[in-house]
Amino acid sequence: MNPTLQFPQLGPVMPEIVMACAALIILLLDLVMKRKETVAFLSIVATAIVTYIMFDASGVTFGGMFVSDGYSMFFKFIFLLSLILSILISVKYIKVERVNFGEYYSLMLFATLGMMIMASAGDLIVLYLGLELMALSTYVLAGFIRYDKKSNEAALKYFLLGAFASAMLLFGISLTYGLTGTTNIKAVADYIAKNGLSANPALMFSVILFTVAFGFKIAAAPFHMWAPDVYEGAPTSVTAFMSVGPKAAGFAAIGRVFLIAFALLKVDWVQILIPIAVITMATGNILAISQTNIKRMLAYSSIAHAGYALLGIIAGNSEGLASTMNYLLIYAFMNIGAFAVVILLRSEGFKGDNISDYEGLSKTHPLSAALMLVFMFSLTGIPPTAGFMGKFYLFLAAVNAGYTWLVVVAVIFSAISAYFYLRIVMYMYMKEPATEVKLATSPGINLALTLTVVAVLVIGVLPGKIIDLAKVAISGFWA
Amino acid sequence: MVPLQWYIWLATAVFAIGVLGFLTRRNIIIMFMSIELMLNAVNISLVSFSHYLQDMRGQILSLFVITVAAAEAAIGLAIIIALFRNKATAHVDEMAETKG
Repeated sequence: MNPTLQFPQLGPVMPEIVMACAALIILLLDLVMKRKETVAFLSIVATAIVTYIMFDASGVTFGGMFVSDGYSMFFKFIFLLSLILSILISVKYIKVERVNFGEYYSLMLFATLGMMIMASAGDLIVLYLGLELMALSTYVLAGFIRYDKKSNEAALKYFLLGAFASAMLLFGISLTYGLTGTTNIKAVADYIAKNGLSANPALMFSVILFTVAFGFKIAAAPFHMWAPDVYEGAPTSVTAFMSVGPKAAGFAAIGRVFLIAFALLKVDWVQILIPIAVITMATGNILAISQTNIKRMLAYSSIAHAGYALLGIIAGNSEGLASTMNYLLIYAFMNIGAFAVVILLRSEGFKGDNISDYEGLSKTHPLSAALMLVFMFSLTGIPPTAGFMGKFYLFLAAVNAGYTWLVVVAVIFSAISAYFYLRIVMYMYMKEPATEVKLATSPGINLALTLTVVAVLVIGVLPGKIIDLAKVAISGFWA
Repeated sequence: MVPLQWYIWLATAVFAIGVLGFLTRRNIIIMFMSIELMLNAVNISLVSFSHYLQDMRGQILSLFVITVAAAEAAIGLAIIIALFRNKATAHVDEMAETKG
């Protein structure tokens, strides 16, 4: 132990510090500001500032507990981007739902702060704290429509299962700590290598506990039970946010814990993750077919996408990790875009979350139908959209790592997914309008839709840039 | 001195009781208490590891766990009260607004 206390360098944590201050200031400003649009605007400005600072803040601080490297920056970019898009789609929506309170934005900022800390965690303690900050904020956000029973129920289910999962994570951390005498992720790896612990049954048990906990966070089967109920009951803007942010944060944590701390146990955890990936793709894609509620359908779709993204982790090399990161970024664009269209249909006195509400949308609102078409194509993985390129790199990485049969399974499930995604397209373009649909447009949602659709199409046509960025980002990851 | 294994077996037993309670009981408050039990089992194991390893990290983490558990309790009870106002029940089987 070093007895001299040194004040830690704050440079690498500056984005998180600014984010925490911004969230607190916005919480206070909410008291004096009557117009909540201003609060939303200020949150976006704060997020933009954090994004700007983030790219300059690299380094390791707090004695190796906090690591700000290319890997964490890439993930933080996904979180901040999904935060901005979610705020843009929320402004009008939370007014329609009559929950136009300023703390909504503050909670979103806190949740993102938690994710940023998770992505930068160099120590299991920091990982746990970031995860809890993210989770506690999202529990509240899920139950934000206080008068709505469905929203209450969503919050409760998310809370109970989330708390259960984090207790599992803690027990895993405690066992790892007991076996290795440290909680630092790199030191854990070194200790396992030095003392030949890789066959220790207790360590295996803690790997299983970690898998359960992260499986809950990324909504991988068989730990996905909460996702459909929570995604359906939560406010749609929150659903969009938490189907991207916490999932990506879960993958960031999986990357750090499994690929660094438990790198030597790869043979063992791959045996656990492969069946999980297969079951996840199966449940997600098969159960989505029978859904009548679009939020529920997108929930199952998000489960399935977690299964695809796991392929990159299973591949377990730079190529696999980069393609998972690339996929999560693309997924952020296409999923928030799809949810933005769902939000467009929600207006005063009209729920608009049934799949039948999309009947004949191309006749009444051709532009929004066309946008939904792009997002559905992208989620299916049809070229020239980004979703295709994302899947392409993932499958390529898995094949190169020798998991050809797994890719065959993934492609089969991906083909099944075309049924329920393209059913929406069929409803929009080949049926007559059944109900009068009034769109709740607003500048915010228009901007979000423009950004997402442009991103989905541009990445689809010029895919190389993002995957190269991801590869550069993880160049120092294994060191 | 009590051997380390005894503490670990105690922690594992308490944790298992918590898991079983969470999975079998259907009252929200009791499920919530089971989660607290799991967290306290973790604290027992962390503190005993910390003592036997002569290392402070475990105790620091257990303090964090206690703090987070308090925040979790506040949020959990708030959610339960919000739910109870709309629907006077504390039974999870009656919460089936979302289906499919």
